[in-house]
Amino acid sequence: MGAWVEADALSKHFKVPVREAGLRASVSSLFRRQHRTVEAVDDVSFTIEPGEVVGFLGPNGAGKTTTLKMLSGLLTPTSGFARVLGFEPFRRDREFLRRVTLVMGNRNQLQWDLPAIDSFELHRSIYRIPRPEFVRARDELIELLDLAEIVNKPVRTLSLGERMKAEIADALLHQPDVMFLDEPTLGLDVTMQRRIRAFLADYSARTGASILLTSHYMADVEALCKRVLVIHRGRLLFDGGLAALANRFGTDKTIRVQLADDDDPSRSAATAGAAVVEARSRGIAIDDPNAGDDGFVTFRVDRSDAPRAAALLLERLDVVDVSIEDPPIENVIDQVFTDG
Amino acid sequence: MADVAAVRPAEGAIRSWVALYRSVIRNSMMNSLQYRANTLVDTVLMAAEPVVYLMVWQIVAREQGGEVDGFTPGRFAAYYVTWALVRTFTQTGNPKNWERAIQEGRMSGLLMRPIHPVHQDLGLWLGFGAVRAAMWIPVGAVLFVAFRPDYDTNLLQMAVFAVAIAMAMIIRTLLNALVGFAAFWVIKIGAITSVLSTVELLTSGRLVPLELMPAWAQDISWALPFRWAFSFPIEVLIGPVSTIEMLTGLAMQAGWLAGICVLLRLVWSRGVRRYSAVGG
Repeated sequence: MGAWVEADALSKHFKVPVREAGLRASVSSLFRRQHRTVEAVDDVSFTIEPGEVVGFLGPNGAGKTTTLKMLSGLLTPTSGFARVLGFEPFRRDREFLRRVTLVMGNRNQLQWDLPAIDSFELHRSIYRIPRPEFVRARDELIELLDLAEIVNKPVRTLSLGERMKAEIADALLHQPDVMFLDEPTLGLDVTMQRRIRAFLADYSARTGASILLTSHYMADVEALCKRVLVIHRGRLLFDGGLAALANRFGTDKTIRVQLADDDDPSRSAATAGAAVVEARSRGIAIDDPNAGDDGFVTFRVDRSDAPRAAALLLERLDVVDVSIEDPPIENVIDQVFTDG
Repeated sequence: MADVAAVRPAEGAIRSWVALYRSVIRNSMMNSLQYRANTLVDTVLMAAEPVVYLMVWQIVAREQGGEVDGFTPGRFAAYYVTWALVRTFTQTGNPKNWERAIQEGRMSGLLMRPIHPVHQDLGLWLGFGAVRAAMWIPVGAVLFVAFRPDYDTNLLQMAVFAVAIAMAMIIRTLLNALVGFAAFWVIKIGAITSVLSTVELLTSGRLVPLELMPAWAQDISWALPFRWAFSFPIEVLIGPVSTIEMLTGLAMQAGWLAGICVLLRLVWSRGVRRYSAVGG
C-alpha cells in the first residue's frame, strides 16, 4: 500500500493588497492598487504512510495551516501536487471528503443550542453512515472521550474543553482514514490536553488512521509523533524523527550527574565548579553548573565536546549516576526558528 | 486498515437524501422550539406589517364606495391574512448569512462536508418555517375574527397553494444563496442586497397587491422571480383563479427554480474555485 498523503513540491502563493496608512494612501489606492506576493508555502514535499502520526511544527505564519488546507482540499496549490488517499484534494470528491477530516482548534460544527448527540445524528445523515456502524462509532467515541455526562447537554452550556472533545468526536464519527488536526488542544487545560492526546494515540493505533498534527504544545508532539516536519517561512526545514531533529539543530547537550554523599546544593555547585574550570582549561565549551535540590547537577555543554566533558566529570567527581541528554525539544525548535 | 469506503454499504440515493432532510429539518425544529417564545413573538410581529397595510386599504376601499379595483374590504383581508402566512413560512434568512460564512471562514467547515451546504440551509429553513407556520395558527385565527377575510377558494386551490408556498420557500432560499455567494468575489454584498430588497418589495406583492399596480408594473413583476416567490401563492388561495392561471404560475415557479439551480451551480463552482485560490 502506498503513502496516504503525498505532497510534491507543493506551493501556495497569495497576492495581497498593500498600501500605506493614512487618508492619502487610501484615496490613491482607489486608482492605483499595489500588491505583493506572499509565498505562504514554497516547494514543500513529504509523504505520510498509513497509520503514521506526524507532527507539523512551525511558528505562526510559517505555512502549517495553509499546507493542511491544501491537503484537505480547501485551497488549490499554486504549483506542485497533492494526493490524499489517491484523490486530488482540491477536486473535493465526495468519497474523498467522506474519508478525511480537518479539525481546527477554533472549530465550531456542533449546533449551539442542541445537545451534541443531535449534531452527531446530523453528521450521520450527512456522511451517510449506516446506523449500526454509526452507533458503534458514536458509543466508542463517547466512552473514549468520556462524553457520557455531557453529550445530552446543550452545547452552549459546555466548557471549552468539553466542547472541544465533543467537536473531535463529531469530526471522527465517519471514521476518517486521514486526519488533519490544526491545534486540536488549543486553549485546553493540561488534563484535557492529556486526555485528547491519549485518545488520538489510541485512535490511530486501533484504526490505522494517518494523522498530521500541528500544535504549539510540544507535549502533544512528543506524546504522539515519532516523526516531525518543521516548516518556517513556507519552506520545509526538516523531516525526520524527534531525536534526529535535536541532533541536527541542537547545538548542545545536557549532562546530569548525581554526586555521592552530597545533599547540599551549594557544596555540589562548588565541587562541580572546580571541574568546570578544569574542563574549560582543556578547551571544552561548558556552561556553569546548576545544582538542584534533587542532588543532581546539570551542565550544558557543546554537542561536540559532550563525550570529553562527560569523561572529565566522571574522572574528577564522585559520581553515582550520570546521563547525557538532548536539550528539551522546545529549545531545539526555538533555536531552529530563531536561526531561521 | 480496511478500506472504509469499500466496505461501507452504499445507501440508496433517495433514502439517504430523505434521511438527510429529515435530520436537518428535525434539528432545525428543535432549535426553533428552544426559543419558542422568541419565535412566537417574531411570528406575531411579522403579522403587524400586513395588518397596517390591511387597515389602510380597508379605509381606502370604504371611502371609495366599498372597493378598490374589485378589492373589497373582505378581499383585502383575505389577501393580507394569507400574506402573513406566506411571509411566515417563506422567511428564509438573509444572503448576509452566506457573506458571514465566507468572510469569517465558516465556509471551510461546510466545504469539508460531502454535501452542498445549500441542502442544509434548505432543510434548516423548512424546519424553521414549519414551526413558525404552526405558531401562526393562533395569530391567523385572531386575524380571521378581527378582519373577516373573504376567500373564494376550493380544494384544488388549497392543494395548489400547498405546492406553491413550498416552491416559493425553496426559490427564496436558493435566491438568497445565489446572492450570498457573491461574497466569494466582493467583501460586502450590502449594496446588492439593498437593490434586490427594494425590487422585491415593489414587485413581489408585499407592499401592494399586484392587481392594483399599473399594467407596466405588473408586466415587470411577471418577468421577475419575486412575484412567484410571494404573490402567486396568495393569489391562488384567495381566488378567484383559473386552472390555466394556476398551471402557468406553477410552471413559472418551476422555470425560475430550474434557472436559479443552474445559476447556483455555476456561481458555486466558480466561487469555490476562487475561495480555494485566495483562501477563506
